[in-house]
Amino acid sequence: METAGNLILLRMVIAVVLIVAFVFLNALVMGYLERKLSARIQRRPGLMEVGPHGILQLLIDGFKLIGKQLIIPKDADRFLFRLAPLLSFVPVVLPLMVIPFSPKLQGRDFDIGLIFILAISSLNVMAILMAGWSSNNKYSLFGAMRSVAQNISYEIPMLLSLLAVILMTNTFSMQGIVQAQNKIWFFLVQPIAFLIYIVASFAETNRAPFDLPEAESELTAGYHTEYSGMGFSLFMLAEYANMFVVCSIATTLFLGGWRGIPLPFGEYSNAIWFLIKAYGLMIFMIWVRWTYPRTRFDQLMNFCWKYLIPFALVNLLVTAVLVKLL
Amino acid sequence: MRNSGYFKDLYVGGKSLIIGLGVTLKTCFLPQVTVHYPREKLEITPNYRGHVELVKDPETGESRCIVCGMCARACPSGCFTVKGEKKEGEKKKTLTVFRLDFTKCSLCGTCVETCPKGAIRYSMDYNIAGFTREEFHYDLIKRLEEKG
Repeated sequence: METAGNLILLRMVIAVVLIVAFVFLNALVMGYLERKLSARIQRRPGLMEVGPHGILQLLIDGFKLIGKQLIIPKDADRFLFRLAPLLSFVPVVLPLMVIPFSPKLQGRDFDIGLIFILAISSLNVMAILMAGWSSNNKYSLFGAMRSVAQNISYEIPMLLSLLAVILMTNTFSMQGIVQAQNKIWFFLVQPIAFLIYIVASFAETNRAPFDLPEAESELTAGYHTEYSGMGFSLFMLAEYANMFVVCSIATTLFLGGWRGIPLPFGEYSNAIWFLIKAYGLMIFMIWVRWTYPRTRFDQLMNFCWKYLIPFALVNLLVTAVLVKLL
Repeated sequence: MRNSGYFKDLYVGGKSLIIGLGVTLKTCFLPQVTVHYPREKLEITPNYRGHVELVKDPETGESRCIVCGMCARACPSGCFTVKGEKKEGEKKKTLTVFRLDFTKCSLCGTCVETCPKGAIRYSMDYNIAGFTREEFHYDLIKRLEEKG
């Protein structure tokens, strides 16, 4: 009993270390992809200077950010100001514990895996509000308020669309949901839920066309205006990690998780399929970002309350009836 | 918004979003239009108007300028300093000083148009930068010797 507990603890420690490493790696890869793809869409070369095709640029940027002076504005709430970046970082790292990369590669498979992810990741809103409020800056506060309003509004259609899938699988366990898709991937059965989830996830991660918190022409940079150096980069890391979390939930719930053509070490190497699907979705997010203009705030709210929530509710109702009948 | 427009907005909006994605996907595979500047350079058009420079006369190998001072008089901002002297046994004046204060120049080109001998023209220099204002006070005679 004692050794079993120790083994579990050891497994958790290793998982946490790997996950934090993965979060940093993910930010490097995504930063590079984002800048390169945006360049392609605008028909320019993008990063070219550091290393072949600029692949070392993000590494150098990281060193630069570490070397920067940390500035705390006068009259800012120093404790909350320092705490906010860390607090925004934790809720995007913890959900990665329960994400099923492959049948074996998973920190821990909870029975309430999905609820755990959603509960933890909604803490992010608090970090944003703290960052905006403690900066003692009107723009930051406005940015934070917008961000919070948007995150809370879009959480509803997101949860409703996920609930439609949960009604079909009858489990909250992430592995269980992947197992339930051995016949058909759920985006074929639940196309409306998938669409609503994707749209809501754009808003949840504060990405274009819903990147109102960082509308630089009106609010300079939104809630992280006053942050410099690593404080700022923790917010950026959190944004990219949050994108990964959101995309891997979509992969797990709608795109069959780690399922794909069988590979030699299936229980481990199926993670390749998972990563291909998740990064495919993330590339789609970048593609969308460089296509659409930013929405106005009333349009944003109208879209959520007039379209997404009613459609999600109807979809949920239809799913419930069908599950009961079939 | 009236109820009648509800589904129409959804349809029209959704369609336009998909068309938008198509547009960016297409540009993704088109060739780049940006030039890697310091390494490659574009041909500049012969109509380019840089700061003025003196023209070398191919016969004499010297400047064509006859020190009439028309350019200095025509210049609305007074950029030019033109001086010459009459040497012993020569009919014409010789150019001794021809300076351009490029900080004041508005590139109107009146000097080039009024010059009776076609002794000044626009240079093709676009790559000019400096740390002090004095770096843009050009001695065009020296420049002609260096370039020619």
